[in-house]
Amino acid sequence: MHIAVCIKQVPDAKNVRIDPDTHTLVRQGVESIVNPFDLFAVEAALKIKDALGARITVLTMGPPQADEALREALSRGVDDAILLSDRAFAGSDTWATSTTLASAVRKLGDVDLVLCGKQAIDGDTAQVGPEMATLLDIPYATFVKKIEMIDERHLKVTRQTDEGMEIWKLPMPSLVTVIKELGEPRLPSLRHKMRAKKAEIPVWGVNDLGLDPSAVGLAGSYTQVVRVFSPPRRGDRIVLQGTIEEQVDQLYHYLKEAKVPGI
Amino acid sequence: MKALVDRKKCTLCEVCVDVCPFSAIIVGETTIEITDECTLCGMCVDTCEFGALSLPEVGAGPAADLGAYKGVWVFAEWREGTVHRVSHELLSTGRVLADKRGVPLAAVLLGHNLSEDSAKELVAFGADTVYVVDYPELAHFADDTYADVLVELVRAKKPEILLAGATSIGRSFIPRVAASLHTGLTADCTELDISADGLLLQTRPAFGGNVMATIICPNKRPQMATVRPKVMKPSKQPTHQGEVVPVSVPEACLKSRVEVLEVIPEKDQTAKLTEADAIVSGGRGLKKPENFALIEELAQLIKGAVGASRGAVEEGWIAPSHQVGQTGRTVSPSLYMAVGIAGAIQHLVGMQSSKVIVAVNKDPMAPIFDVATYGVVADLFEFIPAFIKKIKQERGD
Repeated sequence: MHIAVCIKQVPDAKNVRIDPDTHTLVRQGVESIVNPFDLFAVEAALKIKDALGARITVLTMGPPQADEALREALSRGVDDAILLSDRAFAGSDTWATSTTLASAVRKLGDVDLVLCGKQAIDGDTAQVGPEMATLLDIPYATFVKKIEMIDERHLKVTRQTDEGMEIWKLPMPSLVTVIKELGEPRLPSLRHKMRAKKAEIPVWGVNDLGLDPSAVGLAGSYTQVVRVFSPPRRGDRIVLQGTIEEQVDQLYHYLKEAKVPGI
Repeated sequence: MKALVDRKKCTLCEVCVDVCPFSAIIVGETTIEITDECTLCGMCVDTCEFGALSLPEVGAGPAADLGAYKGVWVFAEWREGTVHRVSHELLSTGRVLADKRGVPLAAVLLGHNLSEDSAKELVAFGADTVYVVDYPELAHFADDTYADVLVELVRAKKPEILLAGATSIGRSFIPRVAASLHTGLTADCTELDISADGLLLQTRPAFGGNVMATIICPNKRPQMATVRPKVMKPSKQPTHQGEVVPVSVPEACLKSRVEVLEVIPEKDQTAKLTEADAIVSGGRGLKKPENFALIEELAQLIKGAVGASRGAVEEGWIAPSHQVGQTGRTVSPSLYMAVGIAGAIQHLVGMQSSKVIVAVNKDPMAPIFDVATYGVVADLFEFIPAFIKKIKQERGD
């Protein structure tokens, strides 16, 4: 079985915040991390490999330094890594990203299962997985907390929904997006770390993927950001004063005013 | 491609240099310079008070038949015999957008054994037309059937705007609809409006709510967005008139490649975080698992759900499905009470859009107080029992 895992390098959340005094965006360093949900996807692939044997290829689209994210996946035991990098990819929205990743999966040729994190923590769209599956014309299941193999060609997945859980049967090839409950990622091993350090990672660009430059990046995107701004400051913040009893009375009064049910 | 600098306007004030999360802006001789690190994220654009920064535009594409698309549509989400509240919220917003554009508003209801009353209710929330697609194959949600039916309808009737709730259903199948139609989609919007030139302005939080972005889809139709539940206000217009139209679809749309083996509804109401109006969350400050009983008791009193910080989940005090934050759930209830939670950024991004936030923490410097509407600097083991007692007293229990 061949599993492709799509990952994304994202700015660490603590690097992007609003200064409470000046109310402007501030950056602290430029540390990047592997999107946490994608590490759950890496772990999901490794679990299947442990149980049944599989070859795992990890893919990312990003600038040349995104190869660090791939090396991190390799150090956890993934077999191969491919970097999709080209100036033409810059400014991709979810559609252009899905187009690029889907063509890379198609180029790999024999992929039985594509795994993605539920969403990336910088954009939070949760769109790239389902859009890729649609472009690849394969079935998919989102928000999955458990993956089991029924037989060589079928998966049983447990999905987390707003209302509870659902158990679905999916034929392969298919695509699955995973959530935290799938399991914390294992730590890198020394052996795999050494391998990751030395690995030569192929870089695929627009031409390697046989894509038209006008179909990727900003040129191939359908959505355009017209404004980025700081969120409106929250209303007045009140710190309650007095004894515990006085604070209890004040909070009760405020919540009653806000019409909280049960109060 | 990278962000564009208007060299006549740049004063080299360097404000943007600190803003760029990718260090892609450097100081040149007379103006700033954008390096190849630029990812076109757009963060710098709004910070330039001189208007010197802008982003290049998306591809023009074939824009010929945009005029053929007319009207605003809302996907009405059918769950367990009722229409989900978010659909009513969206119709009220959709009504405003449709009136601004001078076009009709329609709702699309998919499912099986759909009630006439539910369809009529959609009219009362502002729909001029309710398209009802009722088949046994749609009794249960599956991404491919729901998407393919909606795609079929959009192709036939060509709405210019299509909205759906950013629920576990909407966020799952709407991307398939957008990809099938080759159009843009903006996830999780919190504000919608119509621009001067008639485009849908879709505003959404990014970077976990630390920045807001307004997005357009200039050259493709329909313009599609999912909208966060509980953000828009539902408003009933009992006198509003509209028609209910049953629609049939080709059989091919109803074939699913997935098989739903089992649906297990969550019995524990305190675990339904995304649906809850109030959430009481506990963190490491609770000190031991037994103390979650305090949180549960308070949650029950205010008919709320029980949340937790990542810390509490990692200690094994509560199941991961209760985790609020970056790798857990993003919630925006009317009331969020954070008890014994310090407020790491990973927690804040999952709850900071809640309407009223109450923080109870011993440490007055805890970052949770930065987002709290009401801050209680106190020992939670004194405050929470006293607060529970007060609620019970007022009720006469």
